[in-house]
Amino acid sequence: MLEDIALRRANNPHQAKVGSSQCGASHGFGAAMACCLLIVLATAHAWAAPVGVNQIAPDFTRADLHKARVHLGDYRGKVVLLDFWATWCAPCLLEMPRFVEWQERYRKQGFQALGVSMDDDDSSALAVEKKMHLNYPVVMGDAKLGELYGGILGLPVVYLIDRDGVIRARFDGEVDPHLIEAELNRLLEAR
Amino acid sequence: MNGNRKVFWLSCFVGIMMGISTHRAEAQFQPTPDAGSALSIPADHLIQPQRLNDLLQASKPGSTLVLQVGSRLLFQEAHIPGSEYVGPGGQPAGLELLRKRVASLAKDQPIVLYCGCCPWERCPNVARAYAALREMGFNKVKVLYIANNFGADWVARGYRVEKGQ
Repeated sequence: MLEDIALRRANNPHQAKVGSSQCGASHGFGAAMACCLLIVLATAHAWAAPVGVNQIAPDFTRADLHKARVHLGDYRGKVVLLDFWATWCAPCLLEMPRFVEWQERYRKQGFQALGVSMDDDDSSALAVEKKMHLNYPVVMGDAKLGELYGGILGLPVVYLIDRDGVIRARFDGEVDPHLIEAELNRLLEAR
Repeated sequence: MNGNRKVFWLSCFVGIMMGISTHRAEAQFQPTPDAGSALSIPADHLIQPQRLNDLLQASKPGSTLVLQVGSRLLFQEAHIPGSEYVGPGGQPAGLELLRKRVASLAKDQPIVLYCGCCPWERCPNVARAYAALREMGFNKVKVLYIANNFGADWVARGYRVEKGQ
């Protein structure tokens, strides 16, 4: 587990902040604490402040682009990919087809993608939603939501949230999609 | 003999000219960065975050006009103290706001543009904003080089920021 996390971080040292979702899941409390402590000690120098990772995902309620209510808390029990994006962000648009594909492929395993558009208005987001055939809800973001999530000061930013509503990974900027999918699979398997 | 020499030198001349011609043709087809790409901004018109931070600390407030030409939401979350938001440089409406903002300024007004929405080579805003100011005749325009994004290359380095409009 430790080696696995270290390897993934070595492959992508500046972009991904990945937490441990399975640490001690099948062991006693002491083992869980020791495991988590080891991880913290092993990674503290490189990941001094993993904003949001291993913390409860801040809850929010927003209307999606079609005025339907979206409440993050309603997705408890599912693994959520929360994607902060914008229509002018080229790397964001490159990622989207994969999210659409994952939504289809992993839906039955309890996966839910959720987009947060950081555009100034929803008309351009609506156009992209249609063009990219997005099969998951998109809400409009704002500075407050960005700050809640540790500061969205560059795009894209992708969060993976486990079935208990805990943030397990944050990916900043252009990231190898296989890294995101590997972590996603890990979370989907951790029932 | 003389005839052979003439042919030899003529061949050399033709060969050299063909070489030059080919070289020129190849040079013309060298890929150049798209005009909208941040990579098209000349290196000597860039300013590094550390340098800008030092400059702003040392100079009188307002002596350098710092304009954010990217996302309004990202600006609201955090921006360089004293900087102004003028709209996304990658869009005509944003460029219009930029032109209006600087219309009354002297052409030697120092101006720094920045965005930080995306990795440098992906930024859709700074190059067009830079080109618009140059077309207007501004001759002291610099663009803040942000390699990854504003969060990683400015905020995380501990440089001062403000929030809000």
